[in-house]
Amino acid sequence: MTSIILFAPLIGALVCGFGWRFLGEAAACWAATALLFLAAFLSWVVFFTVDGPAQHIEIMRWIQSGTLDSYWSIRLDRLTAIMLVVINTVSALVHLYSVGYMAHDENFHDGESYRPRFFAYLSLFTFAMLTLVTADNLLQLFFGWEGVGLASYLLIGFYFRKPSANAAQIKAFVVNRVGDFAFLLGIFALYFLVDSIQLDNVFEATPELATTQITFAWTTFNAAELVAFLLFFGAMGKSAQLFLHTWLPDAMEGPTPVSALIHAATMVTAGVFLLCRMSPVFEVAPYAQNFIIYVGAATAFFAATVGLVQNDIKRVIAYSTCSQLGYMFVAAGAGVYGAAMFHLFTHAFFKAMLFLGAGSVIHATHHEQDMRKYGGLRPYIPYTFWAMVIGTLAITGVGIPLTYIGFAGFLSKDAIIETAWATGNGFAFWALVIAAAFTAFYSWRLIFLTFFGAPRWGHGDHGADYHAHAHPVHGGAPLVGTEHGPFDDHKADHHVPHESPMVMVAPLGVLALGAVFAGMIWHNSFFGDHERMVAFFDMPEHGSESSEARAGDAESEAIAETGDAPAEAAAEAAPEEDHAAAAEGSEGLGAELGGAIAMNAASTERLEAAHASPIWVKLSPFLAMLIGTSLAYVMYIRRPELPARIAATNQLLYNFLLNKWYFDEIYDAVFVRPAGWLGRFLWKRGDGTVIDGAIDGVAMGVVPTFTRAVNKVQSGYVFHYAFAMVIGIALILTWFTITGGAE
Amino acid sequence: MLLSLVTFLPTLGALALLLLRGDDEAARRNIKWIAFATTSITFVASLFILARFDAANPDFQLVEQRAWLLGLQYKLGVDGISILFVLLTTFLMPLVIASAWDVEVRLKEYMVAFLLLETLMIGVFVALDLVLFYLFFEGSLIPMFLIIGIWGGANRIYAAFKFFLYTFLGSVFMLVAMVVMFGQAGTTDIAALLDFNFSTESFRILNITVVGGLQTMLFLAFFASFAVKMPMWPVHTWLPDAHVQAPTAGSVVLAAILLKMGGYGFLRFSLPMFPVGSEVLGPMVLWLSAIAIVYASLVALVQTDMKKLVAYSSVAHMGFVTMGIFAANQQGVDGAVFQMLSHGFISGALFLIVGVIYDRMHTREISAYGGLMNRMPVYGAIFLLFTMANVGLPGTSGFVGEFLTLIGTFQANTWVAAVATTGVILSASYALWLYRRVVLGQMVNDALRGIRDMTGREKAIFAPLVVMTILLGVYPSLVTDIVGPTAEAMLGPVQDAQAAFGPETQIAQVEEGAEG
Repeated sequence: MTSIILFAPLIGALVCGFGWRFLGEAAACWAATALLFLAAFLSWVVFFTVDGPAQHIEIMRWIQSGTLDSYWSIRLDRLTAIMLVVINTVSALVHLYSVGYMAHDENFHDGESYRPRFFAYLSLFTFAMLTLVTADNLLQLFFGWEGVGLASYLLIGFYFRKPSANAAQIKAFVVNRVGDFAFLLGIFALYFLVDSIQLDNVFEATPELATTQITFAWTTFNAAELVAFLLFFGAMGKSAQLFLHTWLPDAMEGPTPVSALIHAATMVTAGVFLLCRMSPVFEVAPYAQNFIIYVGAATAFFAATVGLVQNDIKRVIAYSTCSQLGYMFVAAGAGVYGAAMFHLFTHAFFKAMLFLGAGSVIHATHHEQDMRKYGGLRPYIPYTFWAMVIGTLAITGVGIPLTYIGFAGFLSKDAIIETAWATGNGFAFWALVIAAAFTAFYSWRLIFLTFFGAPRWGHGDHGADYHAHAHPVHGGAPLVGTEHGPFDDHKADHHVPHESPMVMVAPLGVLALGAVFAGMIWHNSFFGDHERMVAFFDMPEHGSESSEARAGDAESEAIAETGDAPAEAAAEAAPEEDHAAAAEGSEGLGAELGGAIAMNAASTERLEAAHASPIWVKLSPFLAMLIGTSLAYVMYIRRPELPARIAATNQLLYNFLLNKWYFDEIYDAVFVRPAGWLGRFLWKRGDGTVIDGAIDGVAMGVVPTFTRAVNKVQSGYVFHYAFAMVIGIALILTWFTITGGAE
Repeated sequence: MLLSLVTFLPTLGALALLLLRGDDEAARRNIKWIAFATTSITFVASLFILARFDAANPDFQLVEQRAWLLGLQYKLGVDGISILFVLLTTFLMPLVIASAWDVEVRLKEYMVAFLLLETLMIGVFVALDLVLFYLFFEGSLIPMFLIIGIWGGANRIYAAFKFFLYTFLGSVFMLVAMVVMFGQAGTTDIAALLDFNFSTESFRILNITVVGGLQTMLFLAFFASFAVKMPMWPVHTWLPDAHVQAPTAGSVVLAAILLKMGGYGFLRFSLPMFPVGSEVLGPMVLWLSAIAIVYASLVALVQTDMKKLVAYSSVAHMGFVTMGIFAANQQGVDGAVFQMLSHGFISGALFLIVGVIYDRMHTREISAYGGLMNRMPVYGAIFLLFTMANVGLPGTSGFVGEFLTLIGTFQANTWVAAVATTGVILSASYALWLYRRVVLGQMVNDALRGIRDMTGREKAIFAPLVVMTILLGVYPSLVTDIVGPTAEAMLGPVQDAQAAFGPETQIAQVEEGAEG
């Protein structure tokens, strides 16, 4: 069954990519969509039935050389099952949505067949993502890793005539490659240390890794730390963490369904998945874990600040994604992988919905993405409005405090904030809480700017202001009959926004269900008490006892009693412990292996501390949300003139945020341009002056002479001379050999 | 007999062509079809070599040995390394001939040159005698020299001589070394030389102590020849010039097969015959390789001529090969052989891709193109595939070679591996940048408006390359099963000899036990 799930999207991609000429465009696209729905259905079946230790399904040999032994294979455990559900559900809905969204596209000429290409890329992406999450060895994981990178590259540049899209696709690929560079080194190091890249072998070897030193680049590192750092750098690229995040906002150049699928729900979470998948390694690398917490928290904060002032509706959501990924990394860094996966799971629903809702808005306003040109759209697109509101309620974390009743984001985000508190890392905790306030602000700002207030579209100088571009007459049969409506009424001067067709609204409805209920239903499984998690992730049962025994009763009890002290205790626990102790503490790790995720004593302790966090901690994200929401309400509903005034009085700060902390400019000056200079220098000076100059000067001085001689002899004769040369060489050689042999 | 047949079949075809007279349309068609048929039959014949080859046996197989003139011997044979290069050559030659279908000038001589070149190239890979090897190795220069010099671009004479003199001068040292080897071992039989232990006793010359003695000297002499051929930094500058001036078919053969003679030479002579020399100078070679990867990639980034860009990318990719070979472990050597084969398909395809639009527009300037996707979707798709293969995307053959060589190198020298791995970033930059400027965007240049997509003939040329690139990327065991046993058998004695010479083999060490 898992094989069907894995290969259905590949078949869909091939059918769309090559078969559409025979099947027709619409049939090919629907076939791909149907295959994805099949895969999604089977994924849910797997999700509810998967149990026991990881299953391995071998498909074919892959790279084999000496002891390096890799297969195309499927590893099925809880972690895989979660990802299967997320990927295939969102992908199937995005396929369906795209049938409507891509029915017409002004970026293409009449009669151009862009739809099958789009669906082929989407299905190809899904296939690559599935190979990533089903990988049983690091090499196949890397295949999926790069495969999704390829699909992302293709889809960002789907509008291949747009220079901005061309630039964005290269940026996405190259920045990801920076992360891949480290990821590859991590794989090399693991193979060097463990002599295998099979996941199970690597996991078994983690206790030894924790006590091994490796010399890398003339410096001695702890092996587990080195590997963990390298793998995390890889994850940073794919998941757009701070310093390697610059590609994600630009990736919004792709069609909106792509942003929903790839740049919100699935691909960008691959980094989080990698951390959870490799949890046994990270569990013996406390320094790396600590580093992950810092990077995650910084990313969550940084992206939220930038999101506050962006005007492009998709960029706001893109920075929001970046920020939420930071949350997941904090949880993964804390060793509470359940919380990370939980947020990944719920985030997939509500973020995909926000993107698809934004797509619906964009569709309704005829490909306008600037929120300054929206306003008052609520009556025109009511379904979209309600979907977006549900998404916003979910992402901002609305719920009833101190209960487990609330939208999906309420449960998962609060879980992470509590985890952050439990690590005792004040920076991480406060960064996340403040980011939560910012999240509420920019999310509601988006809603208010788009759906409330006076319409800022269709006024005044209509042609120049709202729609500068011409509307080509739509050619080709649309995929969906219902598509026609106000939208096609191009002859009218005023483009009245219109609700999207059913194929686009229905996916929003399904995702809304997830955004509302996913948190409440699965809270206990992902982030519940230890027994529930142990059962859910198939972790060996003895975990809790051993952790208590090892962590020392005093500390564990302190958690329960005071609630305040354990923060420090736990904080000390991880990074301060030296590795021998860490390894000792995780001695049971070897035994705890076999589960979908591994948690050592310190991590289990943090999980418990998070559960036992004091009331004010549990309330803080909720309060932050309230502050952010009311600020947005005041600034964009009550006193709409306020934002401009604040921006004017804080010009410096405003520009700093609007220009995304100037990361692009800095990278351009530090990396991109110098690479060009260096290349040109090496070419002209290195190759030209030094190498050719030296060699030509010595040996090639004869060339001009030769050239003159040859020019006299017409080239036809050269042919005959050449054969004389062969014979000459043969004779000289023979003479040499014979005389040489006489010695 | 089979090996001789495969080696000399193209020569027979060439002789047949020389007998043809006339230059009318019918004669030209005959010439092309005879050349194509000859190379195709050669390919089919080479498949019989594969069928009769036992991959599990690391020894030389299908050996032919007879006395030759002046007391020399004629000896051919293949092992798990050379058979792959024979197949690569015979596989690519029909495609090369087909790509030269529209050549106008001196068609007959052109085809004769390629057919003779094929014989010489196959000869290099099957020769099991030093003298025979040298003849084929040097002989292959001549047809290539003529192909560049007669059918090349505006500056062809300079490029042809640069090509010839660089590679020829390098080979002079090799010739001297061969004479010394015969003096030492008393035989020119390669199989016997592989078993002969050349002296490793250090000696002093001009007040410099030569560690590793004779082996180091011999290694250096061979290195001079093969490094130029590969080409390695810093003796690579002949390659961009040669590629830019060479006709498309010439570039394909040069990049896809001729360069591999250098790598093959390293594997056949340098590493197994002079293990101690390799040990002494290995770190230098590793560093030169890593520098080549970074340097050539950076230079490729700023090229304005498509062929030069692809040529520099070739230099970078050959860096992985030399690095893998002198990592001197299973993955390194497997990866090096794999990378050479894969590069044969990919760089061959890339030069053909340049050729397709050069035939239409007669310029290689990148700035003259842009937006080709608008009119050439098939071309755009094929270009994309080979761009990604060049970048080393998993699932294409380009990845397997890079991955294996890097993972092998990491075990020998982590620093070199780390520097070389930056190649994955740089290659993505220059390859995608090229693709964007040529294929994507709006079609701005009016001269391109009437450009045609690929013809049936062109698609037929690319189809086998597409198939091989993906097949080897998904199921690389096709190659590693053949090369693995031979590489293993070769590396055993090499590692023994190196271990016997000095204990400090590993640069990266793992120390077990408690920290601190």
